[in-house]
Amino acid sequence: MTQEPTKAARDISALVRSSLSRRRILQAAGIGGVALAAAACGTGGDDAASATGAPSAAAAADQSDTEKVANWSNWPLYIDIDEESGKRPSLEAFQAASGVAVTYTEDVNDNNEFFAKVRTQLEQGQDIGRDIVVLTDWMAALWIENGYAQKLDKAIIPNSVNLIPKLQGVAFDPNRDYSLPWQSGFGALGWNKAKLKEATGTDSMASVDQLFDPALKGRITVLSEMRDTMGIIMAWQGNDPSNFTEDQFNQAIEALTQQVDSGQIRQVTGNDYAGALESGDVIAVIGWSGDMIQLGEDFGVALPETGGTLWTDNMLIPALAAHKKNGELIMNYYYDPKVAAEVAAYVQYISPVAGAKEAMAAIDPALVDNQWIFPDAATLDNSFVFMTLTGEQDIAYQRAFQKAIGN
Amino acid sequence: MAPVLPSAAVAPPSTVAQRRSRTGYVLLFPGMTWLAVFFAIPFVTLFVTSLQTPVPGKSGRYQLGLEFGNYATALAEYWPAFVRSFAYAGIATLLALIIGYPLAYFIAFRSGRWRGLMLVLVIAPSFASFLLRTYAWKTILADESPVTSFFNALHLLPDGRILNTSIAVIAGLTYNFLPFMVLPLYAALERIDPRLIEAANDLYASPVTAFRKITWPLSMPGVVAGTLLTFIPAAGDYINAELLGSTKDRMVGNAIQTNFIEFRDYPTASALSFALMAAILILVFTYIRRAGTEDLV
Repeated sequence: MTQEPTKAARDISALVRSSLSRRRILQAAGIGGVALAAAACGTGGDDAASATGAPSAAAAADQSDTEKVANWSNWPLYIDIDEESGKRPSLEAFQAASGVAVTYTEDVNDNNEFFAKVRTQLEQGQDIGRDIVVLTDWMAALWIENGYAQKLDKAIIPNSVNLIPKLQGVAFDPNRDYSLPWQSGFGALGWNKAKLKEATGTDSMASVDQLFDPALKGRITVLSEMRDTMGIIMAWQGNDPSNFTEDQFNQAIEALTQQVDSGQIRQVTGNDYAGALESGDVIAVIGWSGDMIQLGEDFGVALPETGGTLWTDNMLIPALAAHKKNGELIMNYYYDPKVAAEVAAYVQYISPVAGAKEAMAAIDPALVDNQWIFPDAATLDNSFVFMTLTGEQDIAYQRAFQKAIGN
Repeated sequence: MAPVLPSAAVAPPSTVAQRRSRTGYVLLFPGMTWLAVFFAIPFVTLFVTSLQTPVPGKSGRYQLGLEFGNYATALAEYWPAFVRSFAYAGIATLLALIIGYPLAYFIAFRSGRWRGLMLVLVIAPSFASFLLRTYAWKTILADESPVTSFFNALHLLPDGRILNTSIAVIAGLTYNFLPFMVLPLYAALERIDPRLIEAANDLYASPVTAFRKITWPLSMPGVVAGTLLTFIPAAGDYINAELLGSTKDRMVGNAIQTNFIEFRDYPTASALSFALMAAILILVFTYIRRAGTEDLV
């Protein structure tokens, strides 16, 4: 097998995706942000404020027709790539057909980090230089609530009718006026098959109990994404992560604290866990479905029998984006079932586009019944969408979570 | 006084002084502007932010205030991270001194024609990014690496592993900041006149006494500069704790990062940054006074 190039590519991508590189970027961004804020206070603050007023879903004069460009910020490894040429086939096709030159940047590595990077500009009512951003549900909710996202013109996005029913009405955007899903995925259990067999005698995992088996002491990690880790623990405790009380949350925090204090949990990470699983330092994790599948045959992935988490990343058009219409054209293009199938076949996350499953038959029939791309009702029933939190709740729960994991 | 230049001697003294002072400003301009824009302004903003109060009902929004209580709450919650930061940075600095001094000594006095090459070797790791080097340590210290197996065979590891323990964090800090220790030490040692040591030997000083009475005191500026250049960035570092540590090794840098990004609690993050800066300044001033040198290389 030609494992070497793919492994190298994976290592590099793991490095790029890793929380550390995010944080480095953020560190620079944070410092820059502070300087920017200071500069704005000193000189341009008043002008910016009076020109735009409060940053409530402000729209700029759309330059889409004169400037055939669009800037798109997305997560790494989240779109089809031709590994040989390094080009993105679906995006190339869009550019050729529409004449819009798209600058595609993989600079969303973490919701909080990306927000920290552009927050100052958003708050001051300035263009953040991006026409589409892709953010997870709860962060998308925060943007919409604060008026950082523009209302979509559905006349330009006729394909938006293809959105699958399950995702049509969400609490933070009941009519999908501001957002359209890009992909969804699961928070799930992942493991190194060989190492798990060595340690516990079996090479499969089905429950969180197995994750907390003392035989794996110091060999497991959980996600630093609060919703995935806490959601899976709450479901394991028999509570409903999509509708829970503060007591139930605290109960899950207690369980997490216990596992951290006993040394069962070795580290709490972002995407870093992939490298640690490969090296064998870590045997089992709470991780993300698509990542685990991309790791290959030697690694297992499963929703815990008590349930995993289901999240969605959404496309938004930031306030004051200069090329709103071009952004909407992109959205429309990717809601074509054939294009959606192309992307799903590559990224192995759940496509939000109805008809993509039928279109997949022409691309790779083997993937049509893949539960990770086209989950059936039973799989979806075994997953939870984390409860929508208010800003205050979010911060309070984050604090409790971070405290439990040593911060 | 600096000697007056011949050409200047012709002109009236006041013009010389004026021209010289203007030249001074011109020369200072780029540096001062840089500092003003990238240090002074952010510094003030940081301080202002650290005193902000939340806007009621708007999470993650803060308004101008004079909330000195931010410091109290931040310190009450994160004092263990401060203790850990200074302990880890202190141990790493000491280790760097123990490893770096003989190395710098060798380069300064014994390396002969290899001196240039050895200095390049000290700096060479800096050609790779700090982040990548720390990643490399993850591999070096992995559970099944030869290093870990070796120490495990000697039953020296309480957890049976090195990676994701405080040992790994301190090792990473020591390694990453070692060049900042070696270079000032080398600069100080290299300036020592070898005839002084010869003279000591001629006067029947043992090598140890010669070192204690001549080399060590004369290298003090290097020791002070090296320890400062190692300790200060190490105390504020968070990458080593993040990559090589466990949940129990979080340092102040990690606390600042968490508050800034995860909690969107900018006042607490700023208060922690400011407190860290103040604590380091106090430590450094105490240290310099005790070390009794104002001449940092």
